[in-house]
Amino acid sequence: MTVERFPVEATHIMMFARAIGDPNPAFSDPDSTEARALGGVVAPPTFVMAGSQFDPDNPLRPKSGEPWFGSGREPSGAVREGGGTLHAEQVFEYHQPLRAGMELSSTQREGATWEKESKRGGRLRFAETVTEFRDVATGELVVTATMVGVKTERPVEQEA
Amino acid sequence: MAVTANAVQVGQSRSQVVVDNLTRTQIVMYAGASGDYNPLHSDEVYTTQVGGYPSIFAHGMLSMGATGRLLTDWFGVDRLVRFGVRFVNQVWPGDTLTATATVEAIREEDGRQLVDVAVTTTNQDGKPVVTGTATARVDP
Repeated sequence: MTVERFPVEATHIMMFARAIGDPNPAFSDPDSTEARALGGVVAPPTFVMAGSQFDPDNPLRPKSGEPWFGSGREPSGAVREGGGTLHAEQVFEYHQPLRAGMELSSTQREGATWEKESKRGGRLRFAETVTEFRDVATGELVVTATMVGVKTERPVEQEA
Repeated sequence: MAVTANAVQVGQSRSQVVVDNLTRTQIVMYAGASGDYNPLHSDEVYTTQVGGYPSIFAHGMLSMGATGRLLTDWFGVDRLVRFGVRFVNQVWPGDTLTATATVEAIREEDGRQLVDVAVTTTNQDGKPVVTGTATARVDP
């Protein structure tokens, strides 16, 4: 994923903060003492994940006119492309504060891959993806996000 | 009200409930805001009949996002230097999650005072759902 344009917007941050259950006014109210002290609404720590809204090829967003692998009339409307990957690990490194009003662009590269045997999921294949989010205005790095995905041989067994 | 280095000690711990009786609706809110519309998190028909799971489950990133609240409430919203977790067990509707952060080190690096914490979020059965670490900048 290369997201060329990810505008960081206060309303989006507000909705994201509600979704993670964090009522901190710094995330939702530009007139709050908290936001004023910071120069405006700031983003919660995991907010850059919402940059996927600006990825034109995001495979986890339905596209108008295209079949979708979730249910409609049938339990699945399409075969999922590149499916079966679960999110194993996520790391963020913060280089500067992420504020509403900034615009980011991101570039992504593949990192390490490795395998492991697990009792509950069979053979696990791990793959790392590193995404750098830069401030379009300055070119400076704002957040580096490293995602580790894992493909399982079968759905993870649930404990009794 | 920023945290100062001398107000923190190795071994010090903070804990808070960050999700209480997780609703399917909150999972949908997270899908909508984050852009991750994977049916495994909102579509019970797909998840049970095609995915082979007992029900829909939360995005790992929802539990990480919720856990982040413990850190920003403790150190401030502009103080995190690093935050990383592994998704250890799935999170299901009805789960109540408690996040705990414990100070492991207080150090100086590049002229900044930093605090390293171990982070664990557990469900109502005490089972860990995310485990990881974070580093926050504190005032000297």
